[in-house]
Amino acid sequence: MATAVAAADTFPKLLAAHAQARGESPAIREKDLGIWQCWTWRQVADEVRLLAAGLAARGFRPGAHLAVIGDNRPRLYFAQLAAQSLGGIPVPFYQDAPAPEMTYVFQNAEIEIAIVEDQEQADKLFEILPQCPKLKHIFYDDPRGFRHYKREELSSYESLLAEGEAWSKGHPGFLEEAVARGRGSDTSIMLYTSGTTGNPKGVVLSYDNLVRSSVAYTQLEGLTDQEEVLAYLPMAWIGQNLFSYAQWLVAGFRINCPESAETVITDMREIGPTYYFAPPRVLEALLTQVTIRMEDASAPKRWMYRHFMDLARRVGANILDGRPVGLAERLQYGLGGILVYGPLRNALGMTRIRVAYTAGEAIGPDLFVFYRSLGINLKQLYGQTETCASVCVQPNGQVKPDTVGTPLAGVEVRVLDSGEIVLRCPGLFVEYHQNEEATREAKDAEGWYHTGDAGYFDADGHLKIIDRAKDVGKLQDGTLFAPKYLENKLKFFTTIKEAVAFGDGRPVATAMINIDMQAVGDWAERRGIAYSGYQDLAAKPQVYDLIRECVEKVNADLAADPKLSGSQIHRFVVLHKELDADDGELTRTRKVRRRFIAEKYESVIHALYSDIDHCWVEAQVRFEDGRTGTVRAQLAVREAKTFPPQAAAKAA
Amino acid sequence: MTYQPRQFGDVILAVENISLSFGGVKALTDISFDVREHEIRAIIGPNGAGKSSMLNVINGVYHPQQGRVTYRGQSRAAMEPHFAARNGIARTFQSLALFKGMSVLDNLLAGRNLMIRSNIFLQALRVGPALREEVEHRKRVEEIIDFLEIQHVRKTPVGRLPYGLQKRVDLGRALAAEPKVLLLDEPMAGMNVEEKQDMCRFILDVNDEFGTTIVLIEHDMGVVMDLSDRVVVLDYGKMIGDGTPDEIRSNQAVIDAYLGVKH
Repeated sequence: MATAVAAADTFPKLLAAHAQARGESPAIREKDLGIWQCWTWRQVADEVRLLAAGLAARGFRPGAHLAVIGDNRPRLYFAQLAAQSLGGIPVPFYQDAPAPEMTYVFQNAEIEIAIVEDQEQADKLFEILPQCPKLKHIFYDDPRGFRHYKREELSSYESLLAEGEAWSKGHPGFLEEAVARGRGSDTSIMLYTSGTTGNPKGVVLSYDNLVRSSVAYTQLEGLTDQEEVLAYLPMAWIGQNLFSYAQWLVAGFRINCPESAETVITDMREIGPTYYFAPPRVLEALLTQVTIRMEDASAPKRWMYRHFMDLARRVGANILDGRPVGLAERLQYGLGGILVYGPLRNALGMTRIRVAYTAGEAIGPDLFVFYRSLGINLKQLYGQTETCASVCVQPNGQVKPDTVGTPLAGVEVRVLDSGEIVLRCPGLFVEYHQNEEATREAKDAEGWYHTGDAGYFDADGHLKIIDRAKDVGKLQDGTLFAPKYLENKLKFFTTIKEAVAFGDGRPVATAMINIDMQAVGDWAERRGIAYSGYQDLAAKPQVYDLIRECVEKVNADLAADPKLSGSQIHRFVVLHKELDADDGELTRTRKVRRRFIAEKYESVIHALYSDIDHCWVEAQVRFEDGRTGTVRAQLAVREAKTFPPQAAAKAA
Repeated sequence: MTYQPRQFGDVILAVENISLSFGGVKALTDISFDVREHEIRAIIGPNGAGKSSMLNVINGVYHPQQGRVTYRGQSRAAMEPHFAARNGIARTFQSLALFKGMSVLDNLLAGRNLMIRSNIFLQALRVGPALREEVEHRKRVEEIIDFLEIQHVRKTPVGRLPYGLQKRVDLGRALAAEPKVLLLDEPMAGMNVEEKQDMCRFILDVNDEFGTTIVLIEHDMGVVMDLSDRVVVLDYGKMIGDGTPDEIRSNQAVIDAYLGVKH
C-alpha cells in the first residue's frame, strides 16, 4: 500500500493511492455551520471523479487551464485535483485581486472554465468577460446571491457534479485511463508571480517539481499521515500549494479549512495543528494580541509573564536546540512551562506543533526568538515560486535567527562574484508560460536559476540573504554594502518605523531614520517628555539618544559579521516628517524609493558626509486634501559608535 | 447584470384608519396603508412623526383607539404582541434588545424561544426529544450566523462587540424566529458608511433569500430610496405620502415637510 503512494508520480495517482491505502481516514475538513465537516480520502476521490467527469462533459481537454478562485474551500481543492486528473492545469488566483488584474491571466492562459467560491468572485469575472471571450463556463460553490442571475455561462458546482454523474455512465473507466496517462514531467499547476514591472508571469511547475520538493520536506521533518495542517493562506501562493496541497497528497495527512478569515485564530485552537506555516506578519499579529491582553491582565499575572518570558528569552531557544543549560535554569524553565509557556502555547493554538515554518519576508529576531523561546520549533526557509519554495531550511537544532539555513537535499547553491545567488534544484520550474525571453533570463544554459537575491554562506554553511542583488553596492574601500539589510535591522526596533541607508560609492554607511510615532510617543509619555507633534518629538535630544542606542546595537551586530562589519552606520539623522507614498518617497507597497529620497534630501546627505552637526531641510509635503505645503526644519546629525570587526578577527 | 424584475405577492398586512392618542396628544391620525408579501416597505418622516408608534401598533404594543389591523386575512381592532410573535412578526429595536452578558449564539437561541416545544424539565435534563430539538435549533441559528457573517464572534458576549455588530446580532435575533414579516426600527442608526452598506446588503439578502417581508423605519433618505419598494411618509401623525421612491421624491407635500415651506 505504502509503495503505491511512494511510486505515484502525479497528484491524481497519489489521491488514488491514498483512497486505497487509507480510504476511511479523514483527508480534509472544513468548518461550516459551527461544525468541522469531514471528507475521507475515499470521499475526496469519489467527488473528484464526478467533478472531473463534469469538466470533461463541458469540454475540458488535457493541457487546458482551469481558473480556481476563492478562499481555502475543500471544493476548490477538489477542482484542482479534477483538472489534474484530466491532464489539465489548475491556475489558482488570489481571491482579493481586483477584476482588472485578473484579465491578463485569463487571456494569457486562455482559460475557458472557472470554478469560483461565491458571488463576489463571479461578479469580477462578469466584469472582465468582454475582454476574455474564451471564458465560457463559470461554476460557483456558494449559491448565496445567485438567485436572480440569468447568465448562460453560470451554473452551480452541484449541477456540474450531476452532469459528471450522467456523463460518466456513458464513459466507464475514463478517469482511470486519464490518470494513468499522467507523467511526472507533466505540468501540474501554473502560479502567476506578481511582477513589480509589467505583466505577471505564469510559472509552470511540473509534478516532479512539487512531488520531489515535498518528499524532501517530508523526509527532513519526518512528516507522517498523522499531521494536522491549517489551510488558511491564499491558494495562489506557492507556500500554500507546497505545504497544504503537494505535501498533503505526498504525506497523506489532514488539512483543515477555517470557517472564515476572521475565525482563523479560534479554528487553529480547535484543530491544534502539528505542522504550521505562517508569514512573519501573521506571527507578529499574534504576538501583538498576546501583548495587548497581557497589559490588561492583573499585576501578579503581568509579573509572572515578564519574569518567565525573560527567562525564556535567555534559555528557551537553547533548550529547544539541545545546547547546555544550567540545572537551576532548566528547573525554572520547567516551572515556567506549567505557569506561562504551556497556557500561552495553548492560547495560540500551538500546543501540538512539531514544526513551524516562516518565510516570505525578513522576520525580526525578537519576534522569531519569542516563538522559539516558548518551545515552538519555528524555522525559516528560503525559496521562490520558481523553486517551489524549496531551497534552504534551517536544520533542527542549528537555528540562527539571521540565516535561512542549509540547502535541502538535491539543491545546489552558488554565490556569484556579484553576490547574486544562483541555484539548481529538483523544484526548479519548467518555464514561464509563453515567455521564452523571461525564462532565458531567469534560467541560464546550464540550468542555473538566477534568484536576483544577494547573499553568502557563513562559516557554518548557512545561507544568509542580505538584499536584492541590484540594490547591493560597495563602499569606497570595496566593502559590501546591503542597504535593505541595514534598514531591516533598524526597522526591527519598534521605535523605528522606516529607515533609509546610504553608502554606495561613499566612504562609510549612514542612515536617515523615521521614528514610530506611536511607540516613541508612548515612550516619551512614560518619561514625562512633553512634545507638540511629530516634528517636535523627532527633534528631542532624548529621542536622538534612544535612536542612537538602536543604531549602535545594529553596529554591534554587524561587527560580528565578517562580510558586513565594514558597513556599520557612522552617522545618522532623524527625519522631521514621516516618509510618505503621497510625497513619492515610498512606493504604494511601502518600499523605500532610495534614489528619489537621495535627491530630495540632498542637503541632509551632504551633512551626513561632512563634519557639520546640523542641516536645514525644506521639503514639499502633500496634505491629505491634496494641497501642498512646505515644511522647514533644522535637523541634527549625530554620530554613532562603531565597533571593531570581532568575528573577522576570530575567524582569521 | 441581468436580474429578474421584483415580484410581490398579495397583501399580507394592512392597517386601516388607525388613530392613536396618548391623552391629548395625537400620535397617529387616520393612517391606512398595506404591505404586500415579499416587499420592502419603508416608513419615513421627521422626528416625532409617529413612525415608531406605527411599528408598535403593528406588533401590538400600542392599541389604537380607532381602526383595524389585518394580518394574513385576520382582521382585528388591535394586534396583541404574543399573537404577532407567534404568527410570524418579529422586530428589531432602535435601542437594541439583546442580553449583553450572553454570547451571540445564546442571544440567537433565545430568539427561537417561542419555537421550543419540549418542556422545561426535558430541556434541563437534555434527554430524548429535547436534545434532538436543541440540535435542530442550533442548526438554524448557525445558518443565521453564517448568513450574517458573524462566525468570528459566535462565542463573544454581546456587550463586548462594537455597536455595528450588535445591530447585526439584533437582526439575527429577530431572524431566528423565522418571521414572515420583519419590522426594523432604524436599523442603520448610529452606523458609519461601511456598516450601513453592510446592513443594506443583509436586509436585501434577507428579503431575497428568505422571502421575508420587511417594514423598516429609517432616517437616511439615500438608504430608504435605494432599499425600499414603496414608502409611506408620516408627518405630525398624519400620512402625507404613499408610493414608490420616485413618486415620493416628486411629492410636493413630502418636499414641504422635509424642507419646510414659506408662510
